[in-house]
Amino acid sequence: MTKFTYTEKKDTRSGFGAGLLALGQNNENVVALCADLIGSLKMGDFKKEFPERFYQVGIAEANMIGLAAGMAIGGKIPFTGTFANFSTGRVYDQIRQSVAYSEKNVKICASHAGLTLGEDGATHQILEDIGLMKMLPNMTVINPCDYNQTKAATIALADHQGPAYLRFGRPSWPIFTPDNQKFEIGKAWQMTEGTDVTIFATGHMVWQAVEAEAILAEKGISVELINIHTIKPLDVDAILKSVAKTGCVVTAEEHQRNGGLGDSVAQTLALNNPSPIEMVAVNDSFGESGTPMQLMEKYGLTPMDIVNAVEKVIARK
Amino acid sequence: MNTPDISELKKITSQVRRDIVRMVHAVQSGHPGASLGCAEYFVSMYFHLMKHDKNFNLQGNGEDLFFLSNGHISPVWYSVLARSGYFEVSELATFRKLNSRLQGHPATEEDLPGIRIASGSLGQGLSAAIGAAQAKKLDNDDRFVYVLMGDGELQEGQVWEAAMYAAHHNVDNVIASVDFNGQQIDGPTAEVMDLKDLKAKWQAFGWEVVESNGNDVSDLINTIENAQKLKGKGKPILNLMRTEMGQGIDFMVGTHKWHGVAPNDEQLASALSQLEETLGDY
Repeated sequence: MTKFTYTEKKDTRSGFGAGLLALGQNNENVVALCADLIGSLKMGDFKKEFPERFYQVGIAEANMIGLAAGMAIGGKIPFTGTFANFSTGRVYDQIRQSVAYSEKNVKICASHAGLTLGEDGATHQILEDIGLMKMLPNMTVINPCDYNQTKAATIALADHQGPAYLRFGRPSWPIFTPDNQKFEIGKAWQMTEGTDVTIFATGHMVWQAVEAEAILAEKGISVELINIHTIKPLDVDAILKSVAKTGCVVTAEEHQRNGGLGDSVAQTLALNNPSPIEMVAVNDSFGESGTPMQLMEKYGLTPMDIVNAVEKVIARK
Repeated sequence: MNTPDISELKKITSQVRRDIVRMVHAVQSGHPGASLGCAEYFVSMYFHLMKHDKNFNLQGNGEDLFFLSNGHISPVWYSVLARSGYFEVSELATFRKLNSRLQGHPATEEDLPGIRIASGSLGQGLSAAIGAAQAKKLDNDDRFVYVLMGDGELQEGQVWEAAMYAAHHNVDNVIASVDFNGQQIDGPTAEVMDLKDLKAKWQAFGWEVVESNGNDVSDLINTIENAQKLKGKGKPILNLMRTEMGQGIDFMVGTHKWHGVAPNDEQLASALSQLEETLGDY
């Protein structure tokens, strides 16, 4: 079985920045827009190298989404950058009408998602963005797990036709997936093979699940860990195939339980193969100020929370 | 520029107004007021001012692009698109009906030729137009991007985000028009949410402002042709276009009451009696 380890940590937003720079070099239709957060979104290298294809929008996210839709009409592939909160809830109607309903090839790139934004507190820690975006018809929703996967996902989005939401974050996080990996939108990645339980994890929680898997292995529990980097379209076949083998499920995400990955997996199971499921997620509350790790602990998103959920769900089989 | 055939444009306008009231009457829903008020504008744009191809191409390289931000006045746009040859005029009979390409508010999902983006939720069209204009600049395409907004729509904050942006980025290949009829659903704009001095507002945001009578084809064409000459000066252009809501029909003109109300059979007959059938009803 593959063991996942790391020697380096980096923020996933830097993976986005690196991916965007690579796209600039390889695809002249790629343009970037940013709402006064160039440093936070790591868009500085793209701006420096391709100033004529970079648009500073100021603190005006609604306009940014509309501009991007217009540029897409002109054959460009716009990548918008701001915090996840301002990429979704703040501009939901603009995305709904001008991008999703209008089928515009706009890539909405969102950093500082979830609790791991840390000290800025609940105003900025959006935990509803996956739900908001996955509800929109035509929208693809991607939440990669580390620097390398975020870079690969960013690059893959330029070849994908249609509206997409790319979610990443602020904290330094283990890099445990391969460099220069091929990123297949909509295709779940089975990281470990197991027989007792399937863990479906997304974003930062994939690493938490890797650590949980090691703890569970010591307890003699065999985990099938599946990285759901694409929440929509959901890889239903991969989910059903794994659950047919393991018979129970834990989902793990840095998001509200309502509307997140767990919701999507539960719906899939309920419709096709009702099975016990536990969800590791934020349970209908806002976050608060604190360090990322303090917040992950307080809101129940640690490896031990996943371990406990696994033991609970196995007992329900 | 070719000399406009004003009498021909007026004839088309009359037919467009007939189309509007007949479409709205047929489904007893839709927005006749500002559709009627903007008939001269749409006819001038599609039959004289814009370089455009009825064999519709979404990207429109080498063409002028048009965006309708106040999407509720779809009847006038649909009529003019059909009369310009984008689709059969008979399709106007499907307006707002199930399985139609002519949605209540313009949409792209059904691939109706002429429509580049959905609109209806107000305040979004100017941003899209500016984005499309910047794409044209990247491609060294020297054509214009036109956009129409309602005056009530200017109460949406996004419009002013876009206004600030276009001036900052010198997007001078956009000619935005405001349908300045002074009316909105709940009443006169001065009572609902006073727009105050719109010319000064747009100028303060860094736009070049021209003013026109939107119900006078000659004045409108002159104004926009002069506005076209302002391209290259680094400022986005706003055409503040005075119109009358309900223009062309005596009992509808000049009031917000016909913003979103359909005429009954008797009212339709009265309206049609005031509008010459010049191109044949659909």
